[in-house]
Amino acid sequence: MPSSRLLIKNGTVIDPAQNLQQRADVLIVDGRIERIFDSGHDAGIKVDRTIDAGGCYVCPGLIDVHVHFREPGDEEEETIASGSAAAVAGGFTTVCCMPNTRPVLDNEAQIEYVLREGQKADLANVYPVGAITKGRQGRELAEIGSMHNRGAVAFTDDGTGVGDAAVMRKALQYAKMFDTVLMQHCEEPALSGGAMHAGVVSTALGLPGAPAEAEQLMIARDLLLNRTIGCRYHVQHISTAWSVELIRRAKKDGQCVTAEAAPHHLLLTDESCRGYDTNYKMNPPLRTEADVQACIAGVIDGTIDILATDHAPHLAEEKELEFQAAPNGIIGLECALGLYIKALVLPGHINWMKLIDLMSTQPARIIKLDRGTLKPGTIADVTIINPDTNWTVDIEQFQSKSRNCPYHGWELTGRQVATIVAGQIKWALAK
Amino acid sequence: MSIKQTMSTNTPLWTRNHLLGLQSLSSQEINFILDTAASFKEVSTRSIKKVPALRGKVVVNAFWEDSTRTRTSFQLAAQRLSADVIDFSEKGSSVSKGETLIDTARNIEAMGVDVIVVRHRAAGAAEMLARTLKCSVVNAGDGAHEHPTQGLLDLYTIRERFGRIEGLKVAIVGDISNSRVARSNLWGLSKLGAEVYLIGPTTLCPRAFEKYGAKVVHDFDSVIGQVDVINMLRVQFERIQSSQFPSVREFSQMYGLTWDRFQRCKKDVFIMHPGPMNRGIEIQSEIADGPQSGILTQVTNGLAVRMAVLYLVTQAA
Repeated sequence: MPSSRLLIKNGTVIDPAQNLQQRADVLIVDGRIERIFDSGHDAGIKVDRTIDAGGCYVCPGLIDVHVHFREPGDEEEETIASGSAAAVAGGFTTVCCMPNTRPVLDNEAQIEYVLREGQKADLANVYPVGAITKGRQGRELAEIGSMHNRGAVAFTDDGTGVGDAAVMRKALQYAKMFDTVLMQHCEEPALSGGAMHAGVVSTALGLPGAPAEAEQLMIARDLLLNRTIGCRYHVQHISTAWSVELIRRAKKDGQCVTAEAAPHHLLLTDESCRGYDTNYKMNPPLRTEADVQACIAGVIDGTIDILATDHAPHLAEEKELEFQAAPNGIIGLECALGLYIKALVLPGHINWMKLIDLMSTQPARIIKLDRGTLKPGTIADVTIINPDTNWTVDIEQFQSKSRNCPYHGWELTGRQVATIVAGQIKWALAK
Repeated sequence: MSIKQTMSTNTPLWTRNHLLGLQSLSSQEINFILDTAASFKEVSTRSIKKVPALRGKVVVNAFWEDSTRTRTSFQLAAQRLSADVIDFSEKGSSVSKGETLIDTARNIEAMGVDVIVVRHRAAGAAEMLARTLKCSVVNAGDGAHEHPTQGLLDLYTIRERFGRIEGLKVAIVGDISNSRVARSNLWGLSKLGAEVYLIGPTTLCPRAFEKYGAKVVHDFDSVIGQVDVINMLRVQFERIQSSQFPSVREFSQMYGLTWDRFQRCKKDVFIMHPGPMNRGIEIQSEIADGPQSGILTQVTNGLAVRMAVLYLVTQAA
């Protein structure tokens, strides 16, 4: 096979794993990072293709550990192919699919299916996350071992939490054996069923509330259960101030815990639900301004380890139902980067190096992936970002099959311009 | 005709083609509806109780939830305005299967409807229809959110009794959490300058209402001698199963309007109830039927208020 050589010139390379942020060129040979060298020293290097990344950041490819691609079962909402197209259009080179499909990803065959469909789509790296329990019913453990061996990168019953403490304890003990990560959708079932955050706004709207304690209770319980077990435990889509505090304290105690945030929990509050627009309905729900500030503080001080999207496609006709009846979730892959820049970088909460750490290097660490860095020898997953591009979110331009997105019309600054997976340009912003 | 005169001078005050709730209205708009209702109330005293205001217009009563008095009241109101009235009722929820609420409403609208009066168990249902449909939408109760015409008729009845609303102390007693009547009353009364006391157990009367200017009280007896109006809400027995209060007996002891409590009220206290009443549970019969009760007056005024609302939303459309 003839070797293929790609040179990314004139950009500023950001690689948190090497604590690197400097003007440099990146040479990719046969899908792997060959070397990074000072810009202007490319004379004599033969390449097949050159990308001029002047004015842009050249970063390890973004990794989203929390997406719903609805396949198998709800292909009218999203498929692994359409979701992958949305991922690369959003600058993501790797995504992890949640198992709440129909049927549930709770056995080897389903894991294999997602991997294969991901490879067929041939856009982003698509990894499946297996269910913790059979059918996500919360009663019997799913075959975590064989799914792990087949390529499931993590386990969760996302959509619901594992409500039974005995089952969760066994899951933590069992998963520990494989050194895999258990991800939890933290919501105590006895306190679930709300349509929005239980608080001042739900009181006025007359909607059933989802109390913050539902999330906190399950986090606290799991942290207690896991204290002596020490399984790798990950809190999905954290949304309340006390959730952040519980994790902060557990980390101080040396517990094995990580956490993720989603864009909407850093940018929106329950005030948005006035007007009953179902594009503001998700689970966990939008919380209060104090919760938003606490989540941002959690990102700043490292309590929250990674940023995800919880990309959750739904058909327009499903979202057109009454607020109480409409399904939870919004899509986010194609605007997440711009949203995180808006929430965290532009206000000065974190710098670019930290942003890339949260969106690439740390997610790779949590799912134990040999990516999320531009170290020579690594598979060349690269996202090129222009930090100065002003753009407007337009849902009609999305690659996703769905349109349930509250950010339509938002003006953002900073945008992905090219997405490279294993040395192949999978997406580039049309000039 | 007096209505016409009122309208010609004040029409710019009302520009909405929907009535979805009282929280979004200004005090001027609320007063304007009440004033319009006053002129319509006179119609009901005539021997021919009909005006041609909505002649040629079609009003649909679309009820996805049971109702007797509200539906009848809207029907009669529309008929007295000479509108054609259609009844539509459907049980069952769009969650389970079949046509969605939006689709059903679009179908009804396609028949050439001017006003859709909607009652639905889901909070926000009326707002959702107003966003989608071109015709006027009048909210006749959406879940625990709002029941604006009930709020307006309560305001009207209080204003008629006292000649004012500003400065009055109004208690709303019972299951506040699940009550759209309580909410519409709270918004309307606060905007017109009354002091609102929400009274009920902690599980059914959350402190969050204080953010909206209400006084949240759990001990009925602590304020009973101070209030000018007591609006007793209906006890919903199904709330016991959801553990929001332990028993009807205990609820009745703590929050029922008993004769003993009535004796400790202000001399001119005005008693209200949106109906239907559970006699002997939230209110003792002698009080409900006594001279200080406005319960039947509320029903009478409901008609005038609904005539005013139907008239105004069609004029603005």
